[in-house]
Amino acid sequence: MTAIVRRSGGNPTNAPDGGLCLALSDMGSSEATLSSAIRTETTFTVNGRRVQMELDPRESLLDVLRERLGLTGTKKGCDHGQCGACTVHLDGRRIVSCLTPAVQVNGQAVTTIEGVAAPDGTLHPLQEAFIDNDALQCGYCTPGQVMSGLACIAEGHAGDDDEIREYLSGNLCRCGAYAGILAAVRETARRTDSRVGEG
Amino acid sequence: MRPFSYTAPATVAEAVDVLAASGPGTKILAGGTTLYDLMKLDIEAPTAVVDVHRLTELAAIDTTGPGEFSFGAAARMADVADDPVLRRDFPALAESLAKAASQQLRNMATVGGNLLQRTRCGYFRGGPAFPCNKREPGSGCAAFGGLDRGHAIFGGSDTCVATYPGDWAVALRAFDAVVDVIGPRGERTVAIADLHVEPGDTPQREHTLAGDELIVRIRVPVTSAGRGSTYHKIRDRESYAFALVSVAAGVAFDDQGAVEDCRIALGGVATLPWRCPAAEMVLTGERLTEESALRAGEAAFAGARPGAHNVFKIELGVRTVADALRIAGERAVR
Repeated sequence: MTAIVRRSGGNPTNAPDGGLCLALSDMGSSEATLSSAIRTETTFTVNGRRVQMELDPRESLLDVLRERLGLTGTKKGCDHGQCGACTVHLDGRRIVSCLTPAVQVNGQAVTTIEGVAAPDGTLHPLQEAFIDNDALQCGYCTPGQVMSGLACIAEGHAGDDDEIREYLSGNLCRCGAYAGILAAVRETARRTDSRVGEG
Repeated sequence: MRPFSYTAPATVAEAVDVLAASGPGTKILAGGTTLYDLMKLDIEAPTAVVDVHRLTELAAIDTTGPGEFSFGAAARMADVADDPVLRRDFPALAESLAKAASQQLRNMATVGGNLLQRTRCGYFRGGPAFPCNKREPGSGCAAFGGLDRGHAIFGGSDTCVATYPGDWAVALRAFDAVVDVIGPRGERTVAIADLHVEPGDTPQREHTLAGDELIVRIRVPVTSAGRGSTYHKIRDRESYAFALVSVAAGVAFDDQGAVEDCRIALGGVATLPWRCPAAEMVLTGERLTEESALRAGEAAFAGARPGAHNVFKIELGVRTVADALRIAGERAVR
């Protein structure tokens, strides 16, 4: 699918700068009219797999993951960094992929929800804990919640319930499954880190 | 979003060269949490973007002192917020970062870029459906006669009452930080007090840096009022929201237990980080009590000019100043 974006005016032949440009959401598109000076060669890894592509610098990491690489586990909620649904890890740290121009991750390692379970499909303990604690209803925010919860534990910010709430506040759940999400992160933090809960 | 060219220089020197050769449509990109967001809304439309977010030269955090702490412009908000020395010796600075945004955004956003975060005024962000003198000079201001609950009660003008949204700069303002910048004409140092400007007749102009100048680092003098400090932020929800009122406060006591040094700056209520010298004078030389703290709060909000829906910020602000001073006083070394 190729989205066509027109600049002000609307008649591409009259626009002084060429007017019509294409926002590529399809790597194979042959109608690409962006100049090669603007497109940027970018190399990174996603869940351990090396990816090399020519990117329009306008493309968000979120759109590249979903539309170009078919990794639709990462969700688009607000697309403005306000809901956390698009949370992924970049070199081990959680970020929102919607506010990350994909060209910025050149040379870095991206981990998405698809990279959390073991290769044989065995779920991560935090994913199991989400199921055990009924930590979702519609499930749309869940990939972001899991990625954020994993990072929260790894950062050492899962010491008590108040701290978990504070450090998960960037992930909204409009179904209101917060009690279950909190329980899942608390339970997993206690299992995976004996220091948690002390002091 | 409009097309733009993207460059990621490998060094600060290269970035300076690229910026020197660049045209007026060029913007510096760091964490992207403001610029890229506003580009998606077509409110920012640079033709060229120079990415500095991974310049390791700009990432150093130095809290070894003794005279000052220094923060590289590209240091991440999350890393500075978690610095153990800063949390102990300058809690207002660490808290101003920890209480801003979410951990995801703090992992992305830089402490240099955060200083120039643009307003969250809904009419500014709302696009051409609303007049906005900041976005489109001369078009008017929808906040006058509109919903101004979040707008400024200090530092506004007839053209703009958009609130400065940041927290970190408010804390830096209370403690007399300076900002080192580099550009084609060399390096210079700007006091944080001289970085932001009131809207006046030119609300589109928010700061005093030139387009080809790059923030290198932020430096803050270490003082005992920093040890006895807090960043107290009142929001519509407990976490992850912009301030209705925030107060950076610091106090130090003399041998007799009187306040020797007092710092008060406000966020969420002004068009720029707002220092309150009159309120600081109220407490200097006095004992810090509930009564004197409230008097300082009243002095801080004495000149407020509220609009239609933000009168509540005055009483809320007075009490937030008093609460912040109490917390700061409890932390101060006696």
